[in-house]
Amino acid sequence: MEHFTPFASAIGGALIGLSATVLLLFNGRIAGISGIFAGALFPGGEREPWRWAFVAGLLLGGLGMALLFPSMFSVTYDRSIWMVAIAGLLVGVGVRMGSGCTSGHGVCGLSRFSPRSLVATLTFMATGAITVFLVRVFLGGAS
Amino acid sequence: MKTIVSAFAAGLIFAVGLAVGGMTQPSKVVGFLDFFGAWDPSLAFVMGGAVTVHMLLYRFVTKRSSPLYDDAFHIPTRRDFNLPLIAGSALFGIGWGLGGFCPGPGLVSVPSFGIEALVFVGAMVTGMLGYKLARG
Repeated sequence: MEHFTPFASAIGGALIGLSATVLLLFNGRIAGISGIFAGALFPGGEREPWRWAFVAGLLLGGLGMALLFPSMFSVTYDRSIWMVAIAGLLVGVGVRMGSGCTSGHGVCGLSRFSPRSLVATLTFMATGAITVFLVRVFLGGAS
Repeated sequence: MKTIVSAFAAGLIFAVGLAVGGMTQPSKVVGFLDFFGAWDPSLAFVMGGAVTVHMLLYRFVTKRSSPLYDDAFHIPTRRDFNLPLIAGSALFGIGWGLGGFCPGPGLVSVPSFGIEALVFVGAMVTGMLGYKLARG
């Protein structure tokens, strides 16, 4: 089992809540990462540079944290690269079809008591837990 | 220009929060979803911390008639449940459990150049593009 890190995790969570508040207060936007990223990749009619700015912040923040604290990006499970590739495809299709991911539905949606986001969050938590269980039972994947 | 600076700052803070919270360690995500095994509840504190802070501040922000750098808030208003919402979220959850990455931590992990993060994000972009093309 990984180390239980309630304090660091709560601080990290508070920063995420703060970030979502900054984006709402200044830009009037919901911090749903899958929607922002997909909108930046496949722009519609209007050009929206704020989307790329947010993604650039994610990437530069990731770069800084990876340089300062490389252990925060350690990958210690034994999932094959093919499983990771299938995972990426499912996540890409799923978040677009379901209109959001952990940030948009889980953080922003639950914070404003959106019933759609509550249903979405319960659904992806449930299928995620079932998937981890099945991988452990049938493939012996260490968790 | 102003909207770019604030959105960039929000992205930066979000990335730091994800890394500090442990979301960029996919084995920790898998441990969180492993309710029937060696459950690591840490990531419930990420969600709890984020929702607590945003829920409190959301009420103050939306009391304003508009955001600081735009004419109006862009907040989803739909309240219906439909099949794409549930089926899409179900597929996302399966992928989240398989790979241990959701979109934010995947993107934030790209600059660390781990092979898993690069493959995950490449496949995620492919999936997003495929869904867009399939819908026409």
